[in-house]
Amino acid sequence: MSIEIRNIRKNFGSFSALNDVTLDVPSGELVALLGPSGCGKTTLLRIIAGLESPDSGSIHFHGTDATSQQVRERQVGFVFQHYALFRHMTVFENVAFGLRVRPKETRPSDAEIKRRVHELLELVQLDWLADRYPPQLSGGQRQRIALARALAVEPKVLLLDEPFGALDAKVRKELRRWLRRLHDELHITSIFVTHDQEEALEVADRVVVINKGQIEQIGSPQEVYDHPVSPFVYQFLGNVNQFKSHIHEGLADIGGIGIKLDVHHDTQNSPALAYVRPHDIEIHKARTGDAPAFEAIVSYVHAIGPLVRLELQRADQTELIEAELTQERFRELGINQGEHVFVYPRNVRVFLDNPPLVAKQAT
Amino acid sequence: MTINATSQYSNYHTKVARSRATSEPIWIRWLLITITLLFLSLFLIVPLAAVFTEALRKGFDTYITALVDPDALSSIKLTFIAAAIAVPLNLVFGVAAAWAIAKFEFKGKSILITLIDLPFAVSPVIAGLIYVLIFGLQGWVGSTLIDHDLKVIFAIPGIVLATVFVTFPFVARELIPLMQAQGKDEEEAGLVLGASGWQILWRITLPNVKWGLLYGVILTNARAMGEFGAVSVVSGHIRGMTNTMPLHVEILYNEYNYAAAFAVASLLALLALVTLVLKSLVEWQVARNASNLEKTFS
Amino acid sequence: MINNMAKQKNVLPGFNLSLGYTIFYLSLIVLIPLSAAFIKTTELSLHEFWAVVSAPRVVASYKLTFGASLIAALINGAFGLLTAWVLVRYTFPGKKIIDALVDLPFALPTAVAGIALTAVYASNGWIGSWLEPHGIKVAFTPLGVIVALTFIGLPFVVRTVQPVLQDLEAETEEAAASLGANRWQTFTKIIFPAIWPALLTGFALAFARAIGEYGSVIFIAGNVPFVSEITPLIIITKLEQYEYASATAVAVVMLIISFLLLFAINGLQWWFNRRATTSH
Repeated sequence: MSIEIRNIRKNFGSFSALNDVTLDVPSGELVALLGPSGCGKTTLLRIIAGLESPDSGSIHFHGTDATSQQVRERQVGFVFQHYALFRHMTVFENVAFGLRVRPKETRPSDAEIKRRVHELLELVQLDWLADRYPPQLSGGQRQRIALARALAVEPKVLLLDEPFGALDAKVRKELRRWLRRLHDELHITSIFVTHDQEEALEVADRVVVINKGQIEQIGSPQEVYDHPVSPFVYQFLGNVNQFKSHIHEGLADIGGIGIKLDVHHDTQNSPALAYVRPHDIEIHKARTGDAPAFEAIVSYVHAIGPLVRLELQRADQTELIEAELTQERFRELGINQGEHVFVYPRNVRVFLDNPPLVAKQAT
Repeated sequence: MTINATSQYSNYHTKVARSRATSEPIWIRWLLITITLLFLSLFLIVPLAAVFTEALRKGFDTYITALVDPDALSSIKLTFIAAAIAVPLNLVFGVAAAWAIAKFEFKGKSILITLIDLPFAVSPVIAGLIYVLIFGLQGWVGSTLIDHDLKVIFAIPGIVLATVFVTFPFVARELIPLMQAQGKDEEEAGLVLGASGWQILWRITLPNVKWGLLYGVILTNARAMGEFGAVSVVSGHIRGMTNTMPLHVEILYNEYNYAAAFAVASLLALLALVTLVLKSLVEWQVARNASNLEKTFS
Repeated sequence: MINNMAKQKNVLPGFNLSLGYTIFYLSLIVLIPLSAAFIKTTELSLHEFWAVVSAPRVVASYKLTFGASLIAALINGAFGLLTAWVLVRYTFPGKKIIDALVDLPFALPTAVAGIALTAVYASNGWIGSWLEPHGIKVAFTPLGVIVALTFIGLPFVVRTVQPVLQDLEAETEEAAASLGANRWQTFTKIIFPAIWPALLTGFALAFARAIGEYGSVIFIAGNVPFVSEITPLIIITKLEQYEYASATAVAVVMLIISFLLLFAINGLQWWFNRRATTSH
């Protein structure tokens, strides 16, 4: 079942949580809503579920307007951030709840309920916990029970609010792979909210980056990581070096070196910001070729793990540049703290700096 | 504003291991314990013991005779009737008020909470007086009542009303903080899973607050059965008709029939002790649940 | 307040029903009857009202009620703090029973408390007969009023201070000790500042409760006009003489004072909670 979100707005008092959000989620996809806390992603999820109502805009499930539908009628499965398991019920009763509260005509028989619950518990591999109470479970187990409970009502859409937020790092990794596999098995349209870019990039078919109540970018994990459309997305997805820059007729100036751009050919002397990922910083002990480079001093070396992290200080500035290279390359270079090196930035992305007041004055 | 101050379910019994730096010399400890026990003996234990000794002073037969006296029996019956009506009424109110206050945001909420507390701040005598002003012979609706041959003041309805008033906030004050602390995640989960409002209330909310509810009911019941001032104003002290147990104690006492007075009083004191035991059991149960939770979390 | 029911954005059902019922029941049982007291007094002219509430016998009752309540609350402040301290910090045989027994004044009907205290503190009672030779008369004197009010207010201070004392972190005390403070300095400079808002709240609760108390006092007080007659009794006496308007006038004075106290206590607790949350 596809979900169409049209021009959703939501204010809490004077705070604008969602500002004209439009989004299509194709049937069967696993979509991540990614953004910093307070960006409106959870509000959007709750609006889709019907737990909040939008100030304006509409929600459609497979083309049918569901905006005025009650939560109960929407047939969504919702996994709460802190699971919201019913404390006083066993795991079995938690999962059975959605079936037991159905009106008599559509309620399955006790035997059928029992069969379905055990089927779901097997699906989440926790059948042996059926008689336990939620407080007796670990975080990861609770998470999976919450998922089984949501699936029990055969939802057309599965919504997960920070599904791995409350778990420790190791369980978190395990569970997100498991969720991915589960989704591939069930093919139920799913949306999950997260503030962890690694999680979104690893699990989702499609990532929706949200900032300050607006969608910044929609795309596959590869697209949003390799081609961020805004400085925000660039900074939010992984580590990045930021340089103050100027653009003049298709040429960006970064600390004295010029970098040719494919765009901005008509731009006249505008302030801009340039971004380079740490692994796109190439280091040489001596100047090689005529590629643009600047000099720097290695101010710190952190060489634990597969990657070596260097902090570089440009000779002319106080700004620190972060670079990442493999152990192999690091040994090959044989550099030490305090040494002079040449820095070759690759894959530089340059964005005009807002507000473009200065640019306007120049024209 | 009264008992709720006490009932945050903290487990007061956990032993705190203290280092030498943060405890007092042993002689100071025992001095403080002795003073405390002396104070509590003078004000609590000795009076409590006195009730039972005075009740049995003239022998067990006199004691039983005083209890099976028709007026005494009728006062026991009336006390139970008043409690049996007042407790459910305030229970329903408490659940409704806690639902509105704990699960929703609205303007004037803190004023509402303060207003619910009002009966705690009002002298029981005044609680009785206000119903006399409304339902009494000279009252607002007094003449209408006479026309329809209805009696509220100096009759059972007045006693029930006064009892409802003095026990009004107990359940609500117990449930509001509890339900606020539990948030509304579980209720929302129930809603998403297709439960109706009543199903959520019966299957999720109430089971979650059952101990707090029970605690509130115990306190309400104790106060309802023991209320004196408010009931005294509206009852008219008609023997065998409008006397509750505490009023019957007063009448016997004022007639210098001390043994009988203390005999009836001893029943009320037993009731108080049962209340304390139940209350402690609920507190221990809640503390145990809490420490079970802690164990699994840690 | 009904006007204030803003449109709910919350999807949980039952808001209108539960709030509507709450306000309806509150009005029916509490607000309308209480307003009757204020309306009834309008039958008196201001001059008559003043004459009633400032009659010498009534004024004497105020002095007794407020004076005895204040002394009882102070006693409870001191001994309540001590009791809470002993129950939280020390272990001794029978501690659980003592802890449960602290709530006795909440559970024991006031009339029973009244006759029991009278029996114990009368000149032939267990404690009274022992005090009598020393020239101390408790029953049927203002001292008896204080004893009864101390009894009914006893749990308040203990139960407000106890949880706060329980939650105090041992580390701050250890820190104080490591910085060279002795136990007394640690208590006055570290522990007391942390618990005094709770102590104050408990004191105010005990005081408020004592002012309105009737059942436990009338048996032990002796009810001698100008000497041991409390204000609630004045109201009863006037009612029994069918002086409804003047009984209500005295009641209104008490109501206003009680309301002020209630607001003060709620303010205290609000301040106390805010202090507790911002300090963490």
